[in-house]
Amino acid sequence: MKPSAPRVPSKWALWLPLVLFGAFVVLVLFGLLKPAGREVKSAMIGKPLPQFSLRPATADRPGLSFADMADGKPKLLNVFASWCVPCAVEAPQLAQLRARGVEVVGVAIRDRPDELRVFLQRNGNPFTRIGADNVSAIQFAIGSSGVPESFVIDGKGTIRYQHIGDIRPEQVEIIAQKVREAGQ
Amino acid sequence: MIATLGLAALWLAAALAALQLVGGALALRAPGNPLAAVVRPVAMVQGMLVALSMICLVIVFCQTDLSVELVAKNSHSAKPLLYKFAGSWGNHEGSMLLWVTIMAMAGGVVALVERRLPEPTILATLAAQSFVSLGFYAFLLFASNPFSRANPVPAEGQGLNPLLQDPGLAFHPPTLYIGYVGLSVAFSFAVGALLTRQVSPVFARAMRPWVLGAWIFLTLGITFGSYWAYYELGWGGWWFWDPVENASLMPWLAATALLHSVSVLAARNALRAWTVMLGVVAFSMSMVGTFLVRSGILTSVHAFAVDPTRGQFILALLAINIGAALTIFALRAATVTEGERFAINSREAALVFNNVMLTGTLGIVLIGTLYPLLAETLGAQVSVGPPYFNPATAIFVLPMLVVMAVGPLLRWRRDSLGRIGRMLLVPLVLTAAAVVVLARQGINLLPLLGLALAAGLAVAALMPLLGRRLRTVKLPLWGMVLAHFGIAVALAGMAGDSAFTTEKLVAARVGEKVEIGPWSLKFEKVEPIAGPNWTALQGTLKASYAGAAPIKLEPQSRAFWSPPQQTNESALATRWNGQLYAVLGEQAEDGRWQLRLWWKPFVTLIWLGGMLVALGGLLALLGRVASDIRRLVAVDKIAYRRMRQGR
Repeated sequence: MKPSAPRVPSKWALWLPLVLFGAFVVLVLFGLLKPAGREVKSAMIGKPLPQFSLRPATADRPGLSFADMADGKPKLLNVFASWCVPCAVEAPQLAQLRARGVEVVGVAIRDRPDELRVFLQRNGNPFTRIGADNVSAIQFAIGSSGVPESFVIDGKGTIRYQHIGDIRPEQVEIIAQKVREAGQ
Repeated sequence: MIATLGLAALWLAAALAALQLVGGALALRAPGNPLAAVVRPVAMVQGMLVALSMICLVIVFCQTDLSVELVAKNSHSAKPLLYKFAGSWGNHEGSMLLWVTIMAMAGGVVALVERRLPEPTILATLAAQSFVSLGFYAFLLFASNPFSRANPVPAEGQGLNPLLQDPGLAFHPPTLYIGYVGLSVAFSFAVGALLTRQVSPVFARAMRPWVLGAWIFLTLGITFGSYWAYYELGWGGWWFWDPVENASLMPWLAATALLHSVSVLAARNALRAWTVMLGVVAFSMSMVGTFLVRSGILTSVHAFAVDPTRGQFILALLAINIGAALTIFALRAATVTEGERFAINSREAALVFNNVMLTGTLGIVLIGTLYPLLAETLGAQVSVGPPYFNPATAIFVLPMLVVMAVGPLLRWRRDSLGRIGRMLLVPLVLTAAAVVVLARQGINLLPLLGLALAAGLAVAALMPLLGRRLRTVKLPLWGMVLAHFGIAVALAGMAGDSAFTTEKLVAARVGEKVEIGPWSLKFEKVEPIAGPNWTALQGTLKASYAGAAPIKLEPQSRAFWSPPQQTNESALATRWNGQLYAVLGEQAEDGRWQLRLWWKPFVTLIWLGGMLVALGGLLALLGRVASDIRRLVAVDKIAYRRMRQGR
């Protein structure tokens, strides 16, 4: 057989890899800039809260149990901690919700009573009840993956809505609306 | 204090990288520029400084210094020390620092030892290397500073993703990273050779150890990663064609092709432009892989540290580096002269065929990985899975494996098939016999072909040793034989798994018996147990193989509390002929527990094969490096003698 060698490609063919690469970049750029719903949703929405009973986290508010949550009135359950900076940032929004008549209950995650007292003095205390969850047991059971997070619970103790992260001023109306819906 | 030192070292290293780039570029433009002399030392010092920075990060993680934001976000004082240590790279910022560390240290080693290539080529290579690292330094310092401080200092850290709290994590990402980044050296060599028009066998020999090294680590990384996904995700599968897995497979395919084409260039001075192109492609695939994993642009089971903004940054780096390299290629490749000629039935031709098939496989995987994205921009949600990947890659892989049996037996330049025809008789008969036997058992086409081919290939892989005195066989040949044999072993494992696996999903009460394949299991109890930072429900199963003494299996359903997450810890019973795989699921309302069980004959061969392939690579690397060192020593001796003789 005659010896052969690969033909030298034409000058234009040498630009082909660059062109293909350019097409790749355009494609992924398009995908990257497109707004997408990447929010993590709890698998617990529509499910009842688990049976639980948390001892009071502070001296001046009662603790929190399943029975308190299933007393017929919708509530906003806020998972927070005094060591969490965004929780302090969202405090005014919780106060606003409280002023609109939303009942807010808290679950303090791995917190200390003295630190919690200072936190509530500084940032206000919108909570009617605060339960202490020192092992993140309830937090885990309701499908929350961090602090702060807020859950809208209806009067039967069913999770209706989950808000991940701090509640921003523009989101107060949405949360209030969800609580109203849960009450109907 | 230590964090400040780490940050300072990182800034200094970045400044040195800039100096390395400028020095290299100026020296290339005007030969004799005194800056040329600083490039090598600067590269070495840069490597040491960034290594110091990485050490600082590891220290703050081991001390759980919560004043460092990264530690507060990703670690926790209650975490075992191994995961504090491994946690330093189990996050975005830390892994990027690890990336530049490996890259700069590799650059330092090139500067220290590489003497074969003409000095301008080395300068261009080091300049290209610093160009790539500068982008990553900028990324680290301006957009993902690993040492930034938390204010106020939190009382406790947020913990590490529990899926990552596994011994596998301690080794899997760094292994893949060394592979990814090792390819950056090949990339820099390719760019340096193009810029200085030095695409030659010497260039191929200088580049080969780096390609080999990167390839060994990629092989190990993929092997470990596959095993990790197999036992940690609890789905019983070892490969899911998930974007993140594909992201590690694509650089491996490109590196495998590069490894073979580099051999042709080194031995026969052929395939010049193609080898350079592959050098660029292999590193592009590493960066594309990093981009896909980090940007979260594709939905993946392994998505952690996902952030679209970071994605934009990595995409920008990718576009600049690879775009520039491909532009240089387009401008310069025409000047890379045609290489040596060879006949159709020669080893070169077999290697060209291997390269085409590997590139084809790479294309199939790349298209399959990106297709969901393309479809999404056109407004459709699709997912591409095994029904596409398995047959499409088989089209390229099966013929390649056939040629792999023949290629190593062929001589360079020109050979006659008649000469090797007789040698191939044994593997051919073996394959044919396997096809007949397996077909009568009613096994599906792809696993059948896989098993039959594996049988023939295992024998053919050893044939290059025929008629040689084993003691005189050189290490690189042993390496090739072992690696090819490992491919046959892994292939047997993959095909065996899909041909013979039995799966059972049962709801069982404590005390009940379950049969699967040759195993019979007794479900003894479920009890709660506590670990350092988790609690779990642990099931106890007594598994007995064909009436033999029972083995205890303890699958767990673990709940981590920081951050809260649930994982399944599967339990495995390994025998020489396969693995029993058990997962404890949810408890149903009537008190029965879900159990998922698999009996997977020969599945372990997959990872055994992977390790043999890597070991083969290691032997070849040792052989090459040893002969390089011998040559360096000889050259030094001659120079010394000449000096003494006053010449």
